Amino acid sequence: MDDFLAGFAELFARYDVLGAFWVNIQLTFWAAILSLLLGSVLALMRISPIPSLQWAGTAYVTVFRNTPLTIILTFMYLVVFSQLGLKLSDDLETTFFWFAVIGLSVYHAAFVCEAIRSGVNTVPVGQAEAARAIGLSFLPAARLVIFPQAFRGAIAPLGNTLIALLKNSTVAAAASVATETSSLMRTMIEFRPDLMVAIFLTFAIGYVILVIPIGVGTTWLSQRLAVKR
Amino acid sequence: MRKHTMGLLAMAAASTLALSACGGAEVGGEPAGEDTATAGGDTIRIGIKYDQPGLGLQDGDTFTGFDTDVARYVANELGYSEDQIEFVETISANRETALQNGDVDMIFATYSINDERKELIDFAGPYFVAGQDLLVAADNTDITGPETLEGKNLCSVTGSTSAENIKTDYAEGVQLVERGGYAECATALASGAVDAVTTDDIILAGLAATEENAGKFKVVGAPFSEERYGVGLPDGSTETCEEVNAAITKMIEDGTWEELVTTNTEGTGYTPDADLNPPTVDACE
Repeated sequence: MDDFLAGFAELFARYDVLGAFWVNIQLTFWAAILSLLLGSVLALMRISPIPSLQWAGTAYVTVFRNTPLTIILTFMYLVVFSQLGLKLSDDLETTFFWFAVIGLSVYHAAFVCEAIRSGVNTVPVGQAEAARAIGLSFLPAARLVIFPQAFRGAIAPLGNTLIALLKNSTVAAAASVATETSSLMRTMIEFRPDLMVAIFLTFAIGYVILVIPIGVGTTWLSQRLAVKR
Repeated sequence: MRKHTMGLLAMAAASTLALSACGGAEVGGEPAGEDTATAGGDTIRIGIKYDQPGLGLQDGDTFTGFDTDVARYVANELGYSEDQIEFVETISANRETALQNGDVDMIFATYSINDERKELIDFAGPYFVAGQDLLVAADNTDITGPETLEGKNLCSVTGSTSAENIKTDYAEGVQLVERGGYAECATALASGAVDAVTTDDIILAGLAATEENAGKFKVVGAPFSEERYGVGLPDGSTETCEEVNAAITKMIEDGTWEELVTTNTEGTGYTPDADLNPPTVDACE
């Protein structure tokens, strides 16, 4: 048992495990904000009365929800960086980090959009009709009446999307982000195959520690904020 | 309602299919239900790389490269004919596990001998000594070695020894792009997104020798590390180790070794470091 714990100590001493998790948390943080913004706009488009916007929103969701994340992130590296030569900064590490954030955001925006749309479905039709009856046009009605209630109904599915996003942030290695957890895990396995079990448990437990609070938090919020009807 | 139930049933059936497909894939492409004999049986299972041109490359249903040629020679010496060899893919991260679980009998997969690995498995050999080197565009003249990398972008594979060497010894002034495989690095080099690719010289020579890269790249030829490629064997196989070592020594003495190196790196102008090659095998433990 002491040997086993010594293995963990050795891993933490030689590799920056916490630093790697921190990179994933940062990726998740920025991608969550961007995908929430983009996803809200998409949801707005899909429930709008304008057919071309509805069509565009639906097309976006269909395309990005059905494209594997690895392909989107590899595209960011192989096409956007490697072929088009686009750079966001002179520092490659920063460039790849933001490419990964963009890739994660466009992918998860599709799921955020659907989560919000499911929230919209919890708002009774009468609310929209009442909003129209007092003279609000589509945008004010959505902003003042529909969306505030929809978000409160969408917290649980949004939480699921956030959990998926956190775990999917490990795919950022496909966009060359080399400091995040899955890359570190590969390095560890390559150099310390003798500590395989400790390496596995480090990352498995690490993600459980990160994910459980999100799950508990969103469940609590969704109950607390649910519109009582 | 009836329609609903049918839909659910169809979904259940589809997911069962999907799950069983996953199960099949995990076996690693082995033909299902075939006799899976271990060492001493009818066939020998040898772990190789499937994606390294010049060393271990899957080309349709045949395998080419220096590692596979050496594997064939050694297996032959151990009494296995060509059709008794079954090649299995062992990616870097899975090599120790594959040996420990008995998925393969031996491994020829650019497998550097080191002490951490020796704790888990046995090594025979080495059969080749490679060194970390740089691959650059054919018309590049300003990169002549690791000390000329200031301000350059470098590509290597995530988690590889080469990437770690760069990070510890040459981190200042060098930006490292880490990818999943060397072929992706070669693409980046071809498009000019990076200035050089770094890993063991023989792997680089293999990359440069492929048809699609022919004439585009050159190996700099200033190795700055020593990687001794050994044959991975399960822990406690001293006897097999002696036999493999005898086969490797014979291969070097009868000139086959040199022939195999030449044919597998043809057209790249690559010659292995003459001070270290051909190597003498270590004593078995």
